[in-house]
Amino acid sequence: MSDAKPPDAGEVPAQDSFQDERIHGAPTSRFRGQLVVHPDRASYLDLVRALRDDGFRMCVDLTAVDYLVHAGRPLPEGVEPERFEVVVNLLSMEAGLPGPSGAGRRIRLRVQVPESDPTLPSLYELHPGTDLMEREAYDMFGIVFTGHPDLARLLMPDDWEGHPLRKDYGVGRIPVQFKGAPQPR
Amino acid sequence: MTATGTDSAACGVEALREPGAVLRLPHLPEAVEEVRTTDDHMIINMGPQHPSTHGVLRLMLELDGETVLAVKPVIGYLHTGMEKQAEELTYLQGPTNVTRMDYTSPMFNELAFALAVEELLGIEVPERATWIRMMLCELNRVSSHCLWMATNGMDLGAVSMMIYGFREREMILAFFEKCSGLRMNHNYIRPGGVAADLPDGWQEDVRHILETVPKRLDEYDRLLSGQPIFQERSQGVGVITAAECMALGITGPILRSTGVAWDLRKDMPYLFYDKVDFDVIAGTYGDTFDRYAIRLDEMRESLKIVEQCLDAMPRGDYKSQDKKVTPPPRARIDESMEALIHHFKIFTEGFKVPEGEVYCAVESPRGELAHYIVSDGSAKPYRLHVRGPSFVNLQAMPHMMRGGLLADAVAIISTVDPVMGEVDR
Repeated sequence: MSDAKPPDAGEVPAQDSFQDERIHGAPTSRFRGQLVVHPDRASYLDLVRALRDDGFRMCVDLTAVDYLVHAGRPLPEGVEPERFEVVVNLLSMEAGLPGPSGAGRRIRLRVQVPESDPTLPSLYELHPGTDLMEREAYDMFGIVFTGHPDLARLLMPDDWEGHPLRKDYGVGRIPVQFKGAPQPR
Repeated sequence: MTATGTDSAACGVEALREPGAVLRLPHLPEAVEEVRTTDDHMIINMGPQHPSTHGVLRLMLELDGETVLAVKPVIGYLHTGMEKQAEELTYLQGPTNVTRMDYTSPMFNELAFALAVEELLGIEVPERATWIRMMLCELNRVSSHCLWMATNGMDLGAVSMMIYGFREREMILAFFEKCSGLRMNHNYIRPGGVAADLPDGWQEDVRHILETVPKRLDEYDRLLSGQPIFQERSQGVGVITAAECMALGITGPILRSTGVAWDLRKDMPYLFYDKVDFDVIAGTYGDTFDRYAIRLDEMRESLKIVEQCLDAMPRGDYKSQDKKVTPPPRARIDESMEALIHHFKIFTEGFKVPEGEVYCAVESPRGELAHYIVSDGSAKPYRLHVRGPSFVNLQAMPHMMRGGLLADAVAIISTVDPVMGEVDR
C-alpha cells in the first residue's frame, strides 16, 4: 500500500512532511494533510493559550498514546521521542490556518511525556471541557495533569490498580464460572 | 453569533468557575460530611438504574429542597475496554467493535472508522459506496433522532410519543436489516467501501420511508410543539450559551441550539455533503425546547438528503477494487488457488496499513464523532481513540442543571442525549 498515492495529492503541497514552518516556536509536521505541532512540555500551555487567541477556541479532544513498543515513529528534528504522547486536537470555527477544504481549522498537538515523570500541565484553566478527557487519560495511562481540580479515576473503579491502556498492562482473564466449561488456555 | 473576545470571561470560563458550576461535588469524605451537616442540603443519587438516565448514568445531586445546587455525573458502569480491544482486532474486524459504541447511530461509528483507515491507506472509495454511505448515515440520523424523540417524550410525560418514535425507528431499522442483515451493529460500512450492495428493490423501501416519515414528523410537531405542558417543561430549561459550549467543547444540537450554525457536514464537508442541498438548523435560546426543535427539523433535512441520494445514486462498484484491501469475489475463489489464498490472507492476517496517525471526524446525531488512529504499519491499529460526542457533551449537564429544579434534571439528561455505550466505551 505504501506506493498508493492519496487521492488529492495535487491539492496539498506537502502531504507527509516535516516542514521548517514553526507555529509559535514549535516544530510542525504534516501527515495526510493534517497539521501537527510538536511542542515541548515547558511551552505546551503557552502554545495552547496562543492558539486559543489565534482562534482555536475549542479543544475537541485530548488523549494519550503509549509508544512503548513502537518507539521509532517519525518525529521532526529536535523532538526527542518519549514513551507517552499526549495528543490534543484543537478546532477553530473561524477560518483558521490555510489548508485544503477546511483542514486548516484543525490543529493537533503532540506532546512528549517521559515515563520517568509522566506529568503535564492541565488545560482545565484554558479549556474547561478537557476536564473529563484529562481524567480519562489519567485513568487509562497514568499521566498526571498538574493543576487539574479533581484528577480521580473516571471509567475504572477507584481502587483499580494499573492503567489499562498502557502497552505493558496485561489483558488478563476472568475465570469462567460455569461448571464443566473449558478452562482458558 | 459568537463572542470574539479572547480573555477567559468571553470564553465562558468564568461562568463555569462559579461555585457549583464545576463538574463535581467535593470528593473527600470529610467534605461530604460537612455538606451533610448543613441540614437543608441533601445529597441523593440518581441512577445508575433510573429509567430516565438513558442507560447507566449515575448522577450525584446536591439538593436544597427541590433546587439542584451541584451535580456530579459518575460514569464507567458500561466500560468494557473497547479501545484496548480495538488494538487486538484487525482493520477488517475494527468496525464490528466500534459500531457497538454509540449503538443508536452505529453507521456513524463505522463511517468514522472507515474514513480514518482509508485516509491512512490513501485509497479512493467508489462513488456508489460514498453515496450509499451518505444515504444510510442520514437514515440513521433520522432513526437516532426518532429514538430521542420517543424517550424525550416519555421523560416529559408524553407517553404516546414513546410508541410513535419507536414505530418510525423500526421502519428504518427494517431497511437496515435488509441491507446489512442486522437491525443494529451492522458492520456494513467497512474500510474500502460497504459490505454489500444495496438489496434489490431498495428504491421502493427508501421511497416508502420518504413518503411516510415526513407526515409522521408533522404529527409529532402537532403533538408536542404547541402542547402547553411540553412547552412549560422545556422552554427556558437547561439554558447554555455559545461561549460556554465552546469552552466545554460541546458540539452537535446543543451547540447549534445556542445559535452557532456549526455542522461538520457544511463546514468541513466529507463524503459528498458538498454536493447535496440541505440546511443547518440553529436555535436562539439554547434551551431544551430549541434542541427539540432542532432535532425535529434535522430529521426533515436528513430526509431531504436521502431523497437526493436516491436520485443521484450512480451505478458501479460498492467497494474499492484495490486488491490489497478487498478480498476477491466469491466466484473467483472456485477457480483460482491464488484467489483462495488471497481471501484467506485478508481474513486471517488482515491488510497492512502504512505507519502514521490521523484524526477523522464526522457529524454524528450527537455532535463531532472522531476516530484517532495510530498505525505502526501492521494489520492492527496501534491505538484507536474515539472522541465520543456524548462523552464530551456530558459535561454540559452539571452546568445546565445548576439552580434548576430536580424535575428539570430529567428533561436535561434527555436533551443532552447521552448514549452510555459511547460515554464509557
